Amino acid sequence: MSKDIKVKKGLNLRFKGEAEQTLVEAPRSKTFAIKPPDFHAVVPKLVLKEGAKVQAGEVIFFSKYNEAVKFSSPVSGTIVEVVRGAKRRVLEIVIEADAVNSYKEYGTMSAESSDAEAVKTRIFESGCGAFIKQRPYDIIANPEDAPKAIYISVYNTAPLAADPEFILQDQKAEFQEGIKALKKLTAGKVYLAVNKKSSNLKDIQDVEILNVSGPHPAGNVGVHVHETEPINGGDRVWTVGPEDVAIIGRLFLTGKFDAKRTIAVVGADAKDKKYFRTLLGTNVSALVGEVNESASRIISGDMLTGLRLTNNQFVGFYDNTVTVIPEGNNYRMFGWLPFTYNNIHSMSKTSLSWMFPNKKYDVNTNLNGEERALVVTGEMEEVMPLDVYPMQLLKACMTGDIEKMENLGIYEVIPEDFALVDYVNTSKIEAQEIIRLGLDLMITEVG
Amino acid sequence: MKWIRQRLDKIKEPFSKGKKYEKFAPAINALDTFLFVPNHTTQKGAHVRDAVDLKRVMITVVIALIPALIFGIWNAGYQYLSQIQEQVGFWEAMGEGAIKVLPMVAVSYAVGLGIEFAFAVFRGHEVNEGYLVTGLLIPMVMPVDIPLWMVAVSVVFAVLIGKEAFGGTGMNILNPALTARAFAFFAYPTYMSGNGVWVSEASELDAVSGETILGKLAAGTDVPYNTMDMFSGLIPGSIAETSTICILAGALLLVLTKVGSWRIIVSGFLGAACMAFIFNLLGGSYPNNDLMNFPWYNHLVIGGLAFGVVFMATDPVSAAQTYKGKWIYGFLIGLFAVMIRIFNPAYPEGIMLAILLMNVFAPTIDHYVIQGNIKKRKKRVKAQVKTAV
Repeated sequence: MSKDIKVKKGLNLRFKGEAEQTLVEAPRSKTFAIKPPDFHAVVPKLVLKEGAKVQAGEVIFFSKYNEAVKFSSPVSGTIVEVVRGAKRRVLEIVIEADAVNSYKEYGTMSAESSDAEAVKTRIFESGCGAFIKQRPYDIIANPEDAPKAIYISVYNTAPLAADPEFILQDQKAEFQEGIKALKKLTAGKVYLAVNKKSSNLKDIQDVEILNVSGPHPAGNVGVHVHETEPINGGDRVWTVGPEDVAIIGRLFLTGKFDAKRTIAVVGADAKDKKYFRTLLGTNVSALVGEVNESASRIISGDMLTGLRLTNNQFVGFYDNTVTVIPEGNNYRMFGWLPFTYNNIHSMSKTSLSWMFPNKKYDVNTNLNGEERALVVTGEMEEVMPLDVYPMQLLKACMTGDIEKMENLGIYEVIPEDFALVDYVNTSKIEAQEIIRLGLDLMITEVG
Repeated sequence: MKWIRQRLDKIKEPFSKGKKYEKFAPAINALDTFLFVPNHTTQKGAHVRDAVDLKRVMITVVIALIPALIFGIWNAGYQYLSQIQEQVGFWEAMGEGAIKVLPMVAVSYAVGLGIEFAFAVFRGHEVNEGYLVTGLLIPMVMPVDIPLWMVAVSVVFAVLIGKEAFGGTGMNILNPALTARAFAFFAYPTYMSGNGVWVSEASELDAVSGETILGKLAAGTDVPYNTMDMFSGLIPGSIAETSTICILAGALLLVLTKVGSWRIIVSGFLGAACMAFIFNLLGGSYPNNDLMNFPWYNHLVIGGLAFGVVFMATDPVSAAQTYKGKWIYGFLIGLFAVMIRIFNPAYPEGIMLAILLMNVFAPTIDHYVIQGNIKKRKKRVKAQVKTAV
């Protein structure tokens, strides 16, 4: 079974610095880390203390308010440091890796022939539950929920982002097994969104294939949910990243929590723009080397939604991309004149850059202006394929009007869906942050 | 460039955080950012941003206004000189017009920006660029002979009551430039309406007549202009609203750059044409009503209709914000403008009141458009509950 999704509104951003499609083994990082802030709204309760020995796949912490949600170590080694921030919040759990991984054995299991409860228990006890995220709210899934459907997207349209199809080319069997396991978790469908033009994964079984075409954010799960089974208040759907499905599959095939991570290093300032095979939570410097932080920025994730890193910090739990782009801390004389500086990409027709839709642009982190009141209307709608009114929803979030937020479709969006709004809006409003705060308010008020 | 940057950084030093003049930072920043786009980098959210900013958008509108402004200056001189002498040179008319118009622009900017800067310092936010457009629009929609102090008072009213009282840029309900004009219109009617104000010195010199076409039509006197005169703008009127051709040039820039909403512009003219056409049809029964029998296409090119629809109705803050809402909003503006023109002889031109009226109704229009979206969502929930039962 399959369905076509044709996205019309959106914006493909073409920037310099694509990764070439070659896969190399990354040098094994000395330290790895799991970062609890990657799991929004989770308060970690540590199981193992500093100095403890840990095996790959062994649980190191669980969620304080839901013990069934567990988080495992991707490597074997010694926990060398628990980095804490303000109010003793745990920021990083750093593990010094052994030369060779030793795994905790969970035992092999056939996902297809096992019953649903056993599959669910296996996924959550091994820490693979952390890969499953819930919509609405963009938080870790609660194992007690029965999701309406599960969505996986192997089509990434974000600028310079890693190509999931390339990552999965040698993990197809594991990916298929992972899908079989996920299928047990829902009474509804498992949707797999693929690039309509070309995909090697159209023959995957036990899924409803979504053939997606169109500009970014066509690859975002939010669009697929919206086009198939839109979320109403009280609904839960789950989403899993493409390579994470393969990790879940390996858990069933090999009995091990084998958290392989393939990371595309991209961006104009990255030295070696390739795909690196490593493990979850690797030190970013093992991939990009020492970066001059005043001149370039390291981002874990793509440049629209990623998180800024410094040298020797760790790649985020869900990220398959590391972006290194120039910092834009320079002045531009009379840069506000229309039709000048056309070498900077703009969706607005006040720049002539629209005449060259296929040109690959240089990009840096300059804000290209200053934050202003919301004045211009109609531009957010042009990059919002969901049937929501973006500006009105943002305003409802700013004022914390819960009823209005509900009415305008807050359940259907997560910050990532507003990434392009961040990019295009003239007033330089931080849309993703506003949506995140709005969602947090919904969690506390509605749950 | 580097040298200027270094000098500027030095000047800005005492305005930085924790220093003596920290409070006045918004004022100095406003001046600085007019020379340089600042070196601010993204701190949260998307790490890269589009090249557009509000300054760029506002300057685009100012550029779009320039043809109408230049024509307005020339026409202000020409309308006066052509009545008292045989031959009028281009530069002669420009000079005469510039003496009248430029001081008004200067006063409008000086007073308005003064208030904007004061509020930015007082409220601790950056100076918003919106007034660059408003400040130019205000003199452009005034009669040429209005005393400068009246311009100043109108500006004060528009910025304080029309904008800042609602919370500043982006929050105002009424278009500030039209608020200024409406204030002047009701506060100083003898300077803002009638037959003596539309051509320079017309109220002083008997030799100069200063009636607009709409005034003549309302009074039932003959109109000595053809459609081409009206289209090109060689007619008396507020400073920059007479030349439909120059206004359309500006409209073209606004639409091509997507700064002005083409939906509002198109539906505005459409609304006016519809209304005028209906009155044309009815006009046969009222042969004495010149306004009703005035051809509908001429209705589109006289008075401030074009200027209002292109430059005032498209103000994104006070207009409807949804696509559908913009169609309705624009259409009703055109419709009401012509209706007021024809029905109400006390207000020969209706565009100002039509836009202000629709400014007030724009949130309501949006409300109903958005309700459509909300209803769809609620229906979905209901359908789901039903299948669950």
